Amino acid sequence: MNYVIIGNGTAAVGTIEGIRAVDRDGAITVISDEIYPVYGRPLISYLLLGKTTEDKMLHYRPADFYEKNGVKTMLGRTVTKIDHAAKNVLLEGGETVPYDKLCICTGSRPFVPPMEGLDTVQNKTSFMTLDDAKRLNNMLGETSDKRVLIVGAGLIGLKCAEGICHRAKELTVIDLAPRILPNVLTEVPAAIIQRHLEGKGVRFILGDSVARFDGNTATLQSGATLGFDVLVVAVGVRPNTELAADAGCEVNRGILINNCSATTVPDIYAAGDCTVSHDISADTDRILAILPNAYLQGETAGRNMAGGKASFDKAIPMNASGFLGLHMITAGSYDGEQYLEQDGENYKLLVTRDNHLVGFILIGDVDRAGIYTSLIRERTPLDTIDFDLIREKPQLMAFSRAERAKQLGGAH
Amino acid sequence: MKRIYVNEKWCLGCHLCEYYCAFANSGKSSMVKALKDHKIAPRIRIEERDNISFAVNCRHCTDPLCVKGCISGALSIVDGAVQIDSDKCVGCYTCILSCPYGALSTSNEGAIQKCELCAKNAFGQPMCVQGCPNKAIVYEER
Repeated sequence: MNYVIIGNGTAAVGTIEGIRAVDRDGAITVISDEIYPVYGRPLISYLLLGKTTEDKMLHYRPADFYEKNGVKTMLGRTVTKIDHAAKNVLLEGGETVPYDKLCICTGSRPFVPPMEGLDTVQNKTSFMTLDDAKRLNNMLGETSDKRVLIVGAGLIGLKCAEGICHRAKELTVIDLAPRILPNVLTEVPAAIIQRHLEGKGVRFILGDSVARFDGNTATLQSGATLGFDVLVVAVGVRPNTELAADAGCEVNRGILINNCSATTVPDIYAAGDCTVSHDISADTDRILAILPNAYLQGETAGRNMAGGKASFDKAIPMNASGFLGLHMITAGSYDGEQYLEQDGENYKLLVTRDNHLVGFILIGDVDRAGIYTSLIRERTPLDTIDFDLIREKPQLMAFSRAERAKQLGGAH
Repeated sequence: MKRIYVNEKWCLGCHLCEYYCAFANSGKSSMVKALKDHKIAPRIRIEERDNISFAVNCRHCTDPLCVKGCISGALSIVDGAVQIDSDKCVGCYTCILSCPYGALSTSNEGAIQKCELCAKNAFGQPMCVQGCPNKAIVYEER
């Protein structure tokens, strides 16, 4: 069997490990336009913060990972076309690579909306890849005298802010939304994190956007002007779906896959940020560009490509993130009955609907949050546990004695 | 492989497992040096309420969500056990978000901490099991 994987991020690693769990022998080829071995993309903010190094980042898997798994890598190579009839992929330069089973792990790319005068800005970057982080690092230089403007107060923009706050003279984050992290948080917890970051020197301009750039000056919709030396565009990401669409895979914003990570074209699978997931917490299809999801979809793809049977039907949005000492863990959706507790920077919101926990937000005290995540993921009926105890804190005490005996004493 | 299993019927709620765990992972030569006047941060923790108590630590899952979701690759399976490379961990807490048992916890050093079956400390055998006076915690194949 001849396996080909396009892309070399977390979804690709999941695919490789999934294949090898079933098939020790088939040939695996990984083709990626990035020159690096796999690294965890979310680490780039921690790199700038000094919590990791490039060398550690590039050891997301051990140095012998590809060799040990019998993977041939073709790095720095770009796939231009998938020919599903001939079952091969075409590379820039004309070379073709044949496949029996293909997995598309092409990820996503930064979305840069049309902004007037953006081409007049000299020091600008997105914030997604290791090369972006290196570029930003160079633009900041050694002198901590730069004024930085980050467009976008989502996770990428705010993690970037955390990473470079200590190296900027001024740091401003602007977003059209009325609150920070609009896709992840509701108003009150967003305000808690905003205040925390403001206390660390980050300035926010919300409900406004850049109307035009002129060199080092941004003119906002509100009419205000803002000077800056370095611009980071972190408005959002878009799935890389062109290769899949061109090959005939059904695409609706992201590549459509089933629970087996198979696309609508035979022998072509897809995993990670380039796909559409079914969010079971809201019963809707959406793009869940999060790392654990990418791994699990990839692993599922790999096992099925190799002739095994695997299914992943527990996708939910979820994020764990710290912002200069204040931690946040969120999961699921927030439409339903709300249970709220707040004490200073500690904030806890649980959301239930139809006898299930469907979402939560924890700020500050995030201890044992996974017990909540598991209730959402496993769709545990709340009338089978002691909900008062779960409201108090995440604890196994809330489960029945029989269930606990399985959890703590059951054979694996 | 051998794992730690808990039988809550036998748990006295004495917390000795927590003290043995903290001692075993302290790097100190005696329990007194390790524990006296210290606020302990054990990797096994007792839950207790009314007359029920039981210890919770890493289950060393064969299909561990913490390892699969780890953004830095700091968590990995070594000889069947889930281990943490503290040097690689950036403290994002995705594992705390992921673990259904609440078995990983924060530490003062920034990296997360978890039970590693005492494989990396001087004892080599789970000390919580050694310290449990009522065999409520056992280390065996199941």
